[in-house]
Amino acid sequence: MNIVVCIKQVPDSDKVTIDRETNRLNRAGVPSIINPFDENALEMALQLKDLHGGKVIVVSMGPPQAEEALRTALSLGADEAILVSDRKFGGADTWATSYTISLAIKKIEDVDLVLFGKQAIDGDTAQVGPGVAHFLDIPMLTYAKGVEVTGDTFKVNKVTEDGYEIWDVDKPCALTVVKEANDLRMPSLKKKMAAKKAVIPCWGVEELQPEEGNIGLAGSPTKVSKVFAPPVKLNKEILSGEPDEMIAELIGKLKGQHIL
Amino acid sequence: MAINWGISEEQQEIIDLIDDFGKERIVPVRAELDEKGIFPADLLNELAQMDLMGLYIPEEYGGFGADQLGFCMAIETMSKYCIGVSVSYAANALGADPILIGASDEQKKKYLPPLASGEKWAAFGLTEANAGSDAGGIQTTAVKKGDKYILNGTKQWITNGGEADIYTVFAVTNKAKGSRGVSCFIVEKDTPGFSFGKKEDKLGIRASATRELVFEDCEVPAENIIGREGMGFLLAMKTFDVSRPGIAAQGVGLAQGALDEAVKYAKVRKQFGKPIIANQGLLWMLAEMSTKVETARAITYAACRTLDAGIKDVSKVSAMCKYYAGDVAMSVTTDAVQVLGGYGFMKEYPVEKMMRDAKILQIYEGTNQIQRDIVGNSLVKEYASK
Repeated sequence: MNIVVCIKQVPDSDKVTIDRETNRLNRAGVPSIINPFDENALEMALQLKDLHGGKVIVVSMGPPQAEEALRTALSLGADEAILVSDRKFGGADTWATSYTISLAIKKIEDVDLVLFGKQAIDGDTAQVGPGVAHFLDIPMLTYAKGVEVTGDTFKVNKVTEDGYEIWDVDKPCALTVVKEANDLRMPSLKKKMAAKKAVIPCWGVEELQPEEGNIGLAGSPTKVSKVFAPPVKLNKEILSGEPDEMIAELIGKLKGQHIL
Repeated sequence: MAINWGISEEQQEIIDLIDDFGKERIVPVRAELDEKGIFPADLLNELAQMDLMGLYIPEEYGGFGADQLGFCMAIETMSKYCIGVSVSYAANALGADPILIGASDEQKKKYLPPLASGEKWAAFGLTEANAGSDAGGIQTTAVKKGDKYILNGTKQWITNGGEADIYTVFAVTNKAKGSRGVSCFIVEKDTPGFSFGKKEDKLGIRASATRELVFEDCEVPAENIIGREGMGFLLAMKTFDVSRPGIAAQGVGLAQGALDEAVKYAKVRKQFGKPIIANQGLLWMLAEMSTKVETARAITYAACRTLDAGIKDVSKVSAMCKYYAGDVAMSVTTDAVQVLGGYGFMKEYPVEKMMRDAKILQIYEGTNQIQRDIVGNSLVKEYASK
């Protein structure tokens, strides 16, 4: 079984600045980590490999420095890593990113499962996983907590707002994975040493042959008009007096606002 | 970390990996392991997955092949967080050392790979009720009968006892020859006639398992002897030369961990309107603690580098670092409790455990008095020829 895990390198701290020209995040110079939800996707893949064998291939699209995230994934037990990087991919929105990543996955043979974190902690869009599944034309489930292999299908436990659903999905399929899916393993020393020396192939425009208008900033239909923190509205009021009086006053106020 | 210790890239990887392990895995559980005396089996299994159980074992037997310094840095780093865990880890190497030092290639091929993978654990069985510092006084016997040795006797306070699968056990094969009549055997856990006494209730390192090994007409295949009959005592002494820097590394790590807690606390604890670290008396205490940690680290690394250089006569420096770092750990952890004052005495803070744990470093693997004997005897020998 071959599992592709798409990981994104994200800034480690909240000291992220925003490019005022493009309204996008400035990523250079900030310490980076693997997007935490992607780590759960990778752990899910590694656990499936522990049980059923096969290969785990990690794919990351980003600047050359994203190679570090791929090396971390190798030290955790991924078998292969592919960096999708090209100056021409720069500035891609979720649509162009999904398109580009899907081209990379199409180049990998016999893929049974494609995993993503449920969303990235920098952009928080949760769109690339479903977007890639669309371009690959394979079934997609979001918020997966668990997965079992049952013959030619996967039995997937999908978290919903009020519980969970169990789905049977045909191979190949794509899932986005939630944090509750698993506990992360520690890297292995031998794999860590090997990962430092691993040669990670870089696929760009030449390797993926994308359609010109579908990549990078030019191929991105999303235009960010403004990024801002929503104002927090808090009408705070502190009651004082004896507990009985305060409770009566509180109930009165809540009734007055039709909450009770 | 202003001191340049000449740490290699590989050693730094080992340190970083174990430091993450300590923070993420040991710290959340150490108080409970200590309080309830729970053996850290889960942690050892995870260390196996991380390829760290075989860190000290050569690559040809499935290990990582780290040198003595790399392995001691691993023990040191783990010991910052809990020496109950680090001794359970390091006792595997102690149990395996007689095999690494004196076993045949065939024995090495059989016993080392499962230890390297962490599938099996090891323990070292020398101490007895009447043979502690006087290791030559052991009474467990091994009598050859055909193609077997029959073992009878009881080993005491064996670290990893009952948990380990492979034991290197010392027994008398020829009483008339004294310490030259001792031999070393590889005994597997499920051997008939081999059982375990009760788990000891201890002052410190409470996560580690300390038990008796009981041999009652226990038949061990003759091929399980390490080297020849009578080589046991020498093998034990050579094992200690290699293992004592590991105990010193525990002392360095433990003392570092206590210093870290003390400085952290002294910066935030305010009395009389200022942080207590602003008091010169207390700052000087911390300075002394820090100097002790670094000097203990220096002699420990020096011993490791001497071993790594292949120098044969290492008993003196090995004993020096063991007792020095052990004494430093006792003194620095005691001072750390003092710096934290009433909070240091409480179980909510980790330093009281560190102080309880430190005491064993002055006792096991040869008391610190015996270590001074070894250093002194080396001096007498050195100066006799001058």
